[in-house]
Amino acid sequence: MTALRPDLAIIAANVAPGSRVLDIGCGDGALLAALRNDKQVDARGMELDPHGVAECVAKGLSVMQGDADTDLSDYPDAAFDYAILSQTLQTTKRPDMVLDELLRVGRKGFVSFPNFAHWKVRASLLWNGRMPVTRLLPIAWYETPNIHHVTIRDFRELVAAKGYRIEGEWFLSGDRQIGPLAANWRAEHAVFQLSR
Amino acid sequence: MVDPALNLAGGSLILPQPLPLDGGQSLERVEVAYETYGKLNAEKSNAVLICHALTGDHHVASPHPITGKAGWWVRTVGPGKPIDTDRYFVICANVLGSCLGTTGPASPAGDGQPWAMRFPVITIRDMVRTLVALLDSLGIDQLHAVIGGSMGGMQALSFAANWPERTRAVLVIASTARHSAQNIAFHEVGRQAIMADPKWEGGNYYAKGKGPESGLAVARMAAHITYLSEAGLTEKFGRRLQDRTEKTFGFDADFQVESYLRHQGLSFTDRFDANSYLYITRAMDYFDLAEEHGGRLAEAFAGVKARFCLVSFDTDWLYPTAESRVIAHALNAAGAPVSFVELSAPFGHDSFLLDVPAQDRVIAGFLNQ
Repeated sequence: MTALRPDLAIIAANVAPGSRVLDIGCGDGALLAALRNDKQVDARGMELDPHGVAECVAKGLSVMQGDADTDLSDYPDAAFDYAILSQTLQTTKRPDMVLDELLRVGRKGFVSFPNFAHWKVRASLLWNGRMPVTRLLPIAWYETPNIHHVTIRDFRELVAAKGYRIEGEWFLSGDRQIGPLAANWRAEHAVFQLSR
Repeated sequence: MVDPALNLAGGSLILPQPLPLDGGQSLERVEVAYETYGKLNAEKSNAVLICHALTGDHHVASPHPITGKAGWWVRTVGPGKPIDTDRYFVICANVLGSCLGTTGPASPAGDGQPWAMRFPVITIRDMVRTLVALLDSLGIDQLHAVIGGSMGGMQALSFAANWPERTRAVLVIASTARHSAQNIAFHEVGRQAIMADPKWEGGNYYAKGKGPESGLAVARMAAHITYLSEAGLTEKFGRRLQDRTEKTFGFDADFQVESYLRHQGLSFTDRFDANSYLYITRAMDYFDLAEEHGGRLAEAFAGVKARFCLVSFDTDWLYPTAESRVIAHALNAAGAPVSFVELSAPFGHDSFLLDVPAQDRVIAGFLNQ
């Protein structure tokens, strides 16, 4: 198996074998294929880009072309044990509503996102007065798909306001996992496991 | 010349049992013309059934017997192609009601005269029942996959819903689970064009040489427009004139698009029977898979174990993407493994027959699991 992206590896490690999983914004299906092959998961996906869907179909995955903002309503309540949003939340039109849908169709949810409060991002804004272009945010402001930048603190507050539970949290600096201390400064990337 | 690597075989057979029809009648001694490509393996597990579209036939990758043109899906079916005949035993049969060898209105009835309009009205499910009887005769219990585009997709869906244990995978391209009012409307234009032609003679034209060629040509012209996209027509023809520099101020085919459509209409009459066109379009109009299953499409797929893949094209306004989404949602609701993708292609409904590399990848990827 080729190495999964670090946030996906964290999610994969925490999905129970044999469960039903929906990966929303599943890209080329790397996570779903790993879950199916290694954990006998019933793996389903949703992806906006038709080329991504075609790659998933070629991997033998069941993937629907669709938009996280509008098409999750087609799934019944608790249709999945886990619903996953990896690096997708910040690209949606209404992340708050997508989060609601995530925890409606999935009994549990995983959300991973780039942390906009990482010190390099803050430094770029503070010293240069410019929207940051970093390793995890490599695209200029005018063409980035990330239309709702979010920080770890913002995300925690949204989850608390909605009354959801955080069941697990992981932080990444580079490809390395770090502890929770001052994560909103130190983590480039965060992964949360949530439940209703 | 057919590539010997295709292992082309086939012919026609008479179904040993009478064929019961949805309309309540049954047909005796139904003849089925079919072709096969590739080799059936010892376990009989590599059979792929291709269902053809309205005016298609079983010559998927072999030359058409009348026009001499290459098979209608030769770009997709063959050694090393997306439907790889080195791996799969590919079967395609002419549908019930057609005119290329399988029993239809031009075939002789019990009295030796052509059925003509005495032929019973048939349904998509009747066509599939014929295909299942063919599989029985060939000794194939379960397909690796059933595949179809357009009306072929309707047959694939009907196959999956009514004979769910007989296939492991279902690939439906540019199709729908029911004919819309607009679909029925275009077909009715075609049927009325045929029946308004004095040479139709209530369907009894077979002894009189040429049938209702003008009417059939108009039917084909109207239908052909629905297979293309506006952008495709504009790019191909625009307002360009046909072999002239000025408009003639007459009703000759001044425009290239007129000339093209007239040619499409006329050449169609050489290869297709007008009564078959009436019967097959009727079968498509009657198709409503949900209606057959208590009005809920998800019910049609209850308990189906097969994998599904649905493909639509962004420029197809005959069976637009929304129709494929309806099917995909019903399959999701039924818990079936389903993939759905809308591909971008400029050719309208006909995209499934043309050069769309993304479609090739989806077909090969889905089949080769």
